[in-house]
Amino acid sequence: MSEYILELRGITKIFPGVKALDNVHFQLKEGEIHALMGENGAGKSTFIKVITGVHEPEEGEIFLNGKKVVFKNPKEAQKMSIAAIYQHGTAYQHLSVTENIFMGHEELYKTGILNWKKMHADARKLLRELGSDIDPKTNMGHLTVAEQQIVEIAKAISTNARIIIMDEPTAALSKRECEQLYKITEKLRDDGCSIIFISHRFEDMYRLASRVTVFRDAKYIGTWGVNEISNDVLISKMVGREITQIYPKQKVDFGEEIFRVEGLSKVGYYKDVSFSLRKGEILAMTGLVGAGRTEVCHGIFGIETLDEGKIYLEGKEVKIKSPLDAMNAGIGYLPEDRQKQGLILDWSICDNITLATLEKFTKGTIINRKKERAKAKELAEMVKTKALSVFDKANSLSGGNQQKIIVAKLLNSDLKVVILDEPTKGVDVGAKAQIYEIMSKLAAQGYGVIMISSEMPEVLGMADTILVMKEGRVSKIFENASEVTQEQILEAAMNIG
Amino acid sequence: MAEQVMKSDGTRIVASERGFSFKRFILQWEWMLVLMLVIVNIINISFSPNYANFTNVMNAMRDFLDKAIVVFPMAFVIMLGEIDISVASIMALSSVIMGVCFKSGIPMGTAIIIALLVGTACGFINGIILVKFKQLSSMIVTLATQIIFRGIASILLETNSVGGFPSWFNQFGWGKVGSVPIILIFCIVEGLFFAYLLHFTKFGRRTYAMGNSVTVSRFSGIKTDKIKLIIFTVTGLMSAVAAVFLASKMGSVRPDVAKGYELDIIAMVVLGGVSSAGGKGNILGTVLSILVIGLLRYGLGLINVQSQIIMVIVGALLIIAVAIPNLKSSIGRPEFLKSFIKKTPAKN
Repeated sequence: MSEYILELRGITKIFPGVKALDNVHFQLKEGEIHALMGENGAGKSTFIKVITGVHEPEEGEIFLNGKKVVFKNPKEAQKMSIAAIYQHGTAYQHLSVTENIFMGHEELYKTGILNWKKMHADARKLLRELGSDIDPKTNMGHLTVAEQQIVEIAKAISTNARIIIMDEPTAALSKRECEQLYKITEKLRDDGCSIIFISHRFEDMYRLASRVTVFRDAKYIGTWGVNEISNDVLISKMVGREITQIYPKQKVDFGEEIFRVEGLSKVGYYKDVSFSLRKGEILAMTGLVGAGRTEVCHGIFGIETLDEGKIYLEGKEVKIKSPLDAMNAGIGYLPEDRQKQGLILDWSICDNITLATLEKFTKGTIINRKKERAKAKELAEMVKTKALSVFDKANSLSGGNQQKIIVAKLLNSDLKVVILDEPTKGVDVGAKAQIYEIMSKLAAQGYGVIMISSEMPEVLGMADTILVMKEGRVSKIFENASEVTQEQILEAAMNIG
Repeated sequence: MAEQVMKSDGTRIVASERGFSFKRFILQWEWMLVLMLVIVNIINISFSPNYANFTNVMNAMRDFLDKAIVVFPMAFVIMLGEIDISVASIMALSSVIMGVCFKSGIPMGTAIIIALLVGTACGFINGIILVKFKQLSSMIVTLATQIIFRGIASILLETNSVGGFPSWFNQFGWGKVGSVPIILIFCIVEGLFFAYLLHFTKFGRRTYAMGNSVTVSRFSGIKTDKIKLIIFTVTGLMSAVAAVFLASKMGSVRPDVAKGYELDIIAMVVLGGVSSAGGKGNILGTVLSILVIGLLRYGLGLINVQSQIIMVIVGALLIIAVAIPNLKSSIGRPEFLKSFIKKTPAKN
């Protein structure tokens, strides 16, 4: 019997053009809570997918209880009692809690008919054990994020999982909900489960974990006992460099007000959101996931209609009913989900860059391809894309380069205000710094920049003004970002009590 | 191969021109269609000695070109990732209304214009329902309107037919310029226009974009509803145009006219390489596949092959058409060979 219930040695996973994991190690003891930390893009998600059998690694070995195993698909990993709970539930929103819990291993009568009575009863019992009184007959979609996570955990237990992986489970939870999750996690550990806990929050790690492993840039950095390592050292291990390097913020003298919104409201999403922006200013919108930041910006950009509220550009009110109206007025939006909203993955760099601005390349009705390519090349170079030619397909690029292409696409419109929604999400460190550089340049050129971000360091590193949202409302606006601390922002963003 | 220049900071300069690539040229679906066309013609010539004769080929054209009129707009519909199975019913309704109008004493010219308006209105109805109720699929909506349009046609004429059109009206179906049928000339002009629209204009590029992702298109400021509405409306209009040619060819109109045409039309589009998932395809491919299916049907008809058997052959062709592009993209990957041995893990 090995000391470790799960051990991974020398795992390497290569995606076209990117090493997502580079000779990574990991050891999980039986009955421990093991924190896995690292910046976005460090390879944590890929690592989980290797453990759960979604990806097959190119190199490396996985040992379960000292025995070498190979997972060809998620089903095989599930059979070996490994379960993962993801931040964005993979739940069936239209099905009941019971159906979600027993999906794939339903209880049957001998005749082969589903035994609902037993499944409902079992589901209720499982949830009770986790200290929750969710009715198993409710639809998954009616539950809060926290409740959905509890259901996911119940599902994991119902499959007799012994190794449970939790991927940023606390990211969208209030403080009280976090506390409940901590208790459940500890109970699982006491019942003998081994848990890999992924989180960006140090609080989670100190509260729960006994050991912590850090990944950086797809590489294994080290494993420490939580009590052996100080906060500062841990951060430097995760980041691997001085923070100041990656935020190339330029000193800009703000011009006059360029953009202002008053009383933006949409029932059920946000209420009474007002703020203003000057030329050259970078305004960061932050808050917890689900606080309504993206929804507000969708309202401004005309993706969804506003119930109430006014939008002013250079002092004049503009009516925005569609993204085209917004773009004509001079507002550009870099969407949060670059693969679903920003890029046509099957298309070339060139076609993607020019998609929103085809008028610029048409004479009469015919598109001038030569002109189009030349402009695409110019823009792609300006944002420092790494690619062989403008004919390369978007899906052949890394996340960072894809994001640069969308920035290039934005820059081809005549904009005054750019809204960047989580511009560095899932982007590697090098590309991140380049995106920040572009952002600084835009501000220096007199654009108004709005950046939605959940990442505290980038909010503090880039913003002039910080707007914190909480439950669809503006919780606080910090006019002078350089004097704000992380704690103050968190306090404004969190549901205290 | 594109020239590659490294900058001092490691970013590459991207090239904006590319040379001719033989591989890219030869790996086009159109070559497959050319090959099919050759095979179909060899079969036709070897079985019917009179086939390879200009007049006969022109007659053959007249046989299936009324469908081709609808194939081009249908290519746009399928390019969007949608489908319109009501086209044959639109043909029936618009031609029946033309007949009813003519019978009630309205001049033939006016009756034709009314028919075109009816077709346009039918297409607009399909489009507006799809735009206003986004959760409905075009399959279901046009299935419903297919039944409704044909139903109205049957109410108007029951099982009767209307004929006795003025002799000039016969020219649409039977007329020739020199020895070339009028309908062929019309189809060539129409094909060129749609090719121009799809491959050279903003409208075409945006259609491709919507077929790939409506969401990305919306975020890019494209008026997606407008484009969808236009495409469905034009499909209705062109169905009515096809109906006029068909009525002229047959000399009369009946409510059960053009039954099953939608299947041939969709088959021609899909065999032409327009992806049923949307976003891929071109007009050249659809032109070739119109000829493949049309000439195959004609040739097999000449040697008295039963139409049921022809349907089986067309169906088989269609499956090949859908399967080959999938095979093409997996051949060359190691997973392709593995897949014959055991199931591969799902990617992502």
